[in-house]
Amino acid sequence: MNQSSIIDIISPIMAGPSSSHTAGAVRLGLLVRNIYNAKPDKITFKLYNSYASTGKGHGTDKGLLAGFLGFSVCDKRIKTVFDTPEAKELNYEFEYLQDFNRHPNAVDFVIEGGLNMLISGNSVGAGEIEITNINKFSVNLNGKYNTLLLVYEDMPGVISAVTAVIQKDNVNIASLHCDRSGKGKDASMCICLDGELSRDCFKEISELKDMYIVRYIKKLES
Amino acid sequence: MKYPVTTFRQLYYTCKEQRKQIFEVALENEVDKGDYSEYQVRLQAAKSLNAMKEAIQEGLKSTELSPSRMSGDDCDKLQRRYANTRSILGSTAEKIMIYALATSEQNLRMGTIVACPTAGSCGIVPSVLIAYAEENKIREDDEINALITAGEVGRIVSNKMALAGAVGGCQAECGVASAMAAAALTQMRGGTVKQVINAAALALKNILGLTCDPVCGLVEIPCVKRNPFLAIHAVTASELAMADIMSKIPPDEIVDAMEQTGQLMSPLLKESSKGGLATTKTALALEKNILK
Repeated sequence: MNQSSIIDIISPIMAGPSSSHTAGAVRLGLLVRNIYNAKPDKITFKLYNSYASTGKGHGTDKGLLAGFLGFSVCDKRIKTVFDTPEAKELNYEFEYLQDFNRHPNAVDFVIEGGLNMLISGNSVGAGEIEITNINKFSVNLNGKYNTLLLVYEDMPGVISAVTAVIQKDNVNIASLHCDRSGKGKDASMCICLDGELSRDCFKEISELKDMYIVRYIKKLES
Repeated sequence: MKYPVTTFRQLYYTCKEQRKQIFEVALENEVDKGDYSEYQVRLQAAKSLNAMKEAIQEGLKSTELSPSRMSGDDCDKLQRRYANTRSILGSTAEKIMIYALATSEQNLRMGTIVACPTAGSCGIVPSVLIAYAEENKIREDDEINALITAGEVGRIVSNKMALAGAVGGCQAECGVASAMAAAALTQMRGGTVKQVINAAALALKNILGLTCDPVCGLVEIPCVKRNPFLAIHAVTASELAMADIMSKIPPDEIVDAMEQTGQLMSPLLKESSKGGLATTKTALALEKNILK
């Protein structure tokens, strides 16, 4: 059983007022920032359900934006993020929606730029988050592990090729999650790691055949 | 330690057999699990304690209203009353109530607080711990030990149920915070392991069934004022525990009852703002008037 830690109970140090609606929003933004890993032309934050109806009162909009700009959960600038120079350089907007098929605290990040991405996540309580979909692929990211995210052409042997490279770093794989859009079409792999992946290994994986997206997503500070 | 501590019963017997205090066993348990070193846990506790103190100091000075304008000036009112009037409870209790409001109001202003265990319940553990420590000149190391003791109580409960109003109602947030504060206080007062665990049990038992029905869906009404209430609730638990008044129901069974109560609680009363205080005539009127 995956037990919680005392550290989870007596932290985070965060800007209020809500661990799920403020700190969770910042952490979702931070993780999406790490996944996209470039400056976009435009980002649209689509807030659903409770995030949509109580988001303004809880500063959920400020939190999502602040996280995407790289501010931590306890950054004093979250409250005034709309006035920061970083925010003024970014083209962003918010949409508020209701969809009862989605999680109560669901959000979509629609990112346009050199690479278009649609990233969906949820704030699941007490500041804990999950990213569930990237460009329609199901993924399993919670910011607790350094994670290797790959999108590639579905064919035999890719998993063993990738894990063989990871083995060179002697890093343990905590979990591995795969999905594909169809046989022989695009596939995704989400590998959570217990340690750090070296630059050399990352480069080697990036250079494997028919890799479309390769991201090394660092875990979030607690 | 071979088997990780997951229940209050295990915690009690491990402390007893090894003649150790709760925070010592808790730290060893964290190290045994392998994710953190003792230094990392103590460092986080020290950082959190420091942030709690800063939040109190900021909150004491401010009368800035929350974005909804529904609250933010109550701590100031209480400070002004106690500036020239005594409560019937004594100066430590006055300080606890003031600190609880200071922290909780600071939370609404998007100020920096420590979610302990959650943001909505952020005033309870710090107010009890820090007010008592100040009034009794407790060393910082012992404050940290008390915070780790509180964390261990929260951790054991959270192994059985999520500490979120949407899952278990407010009993899982402010209720657990109050049990944590009761344990921390009893630890600082030199209570035995049995008394510390019993203080947490008494606090938790007395708050079963508390719902989460925030007005306008904001962490504000009734959350802000609930913080000083449940801080004093923790003091009561500690007082009874120090007199060896035992909870007849053991703490692990109280947690089971709390989980069951959370499951039986209507979703309308679990952070959905679709029942209880949130749907009163006044709440619905407020909803029309404040920012959405």
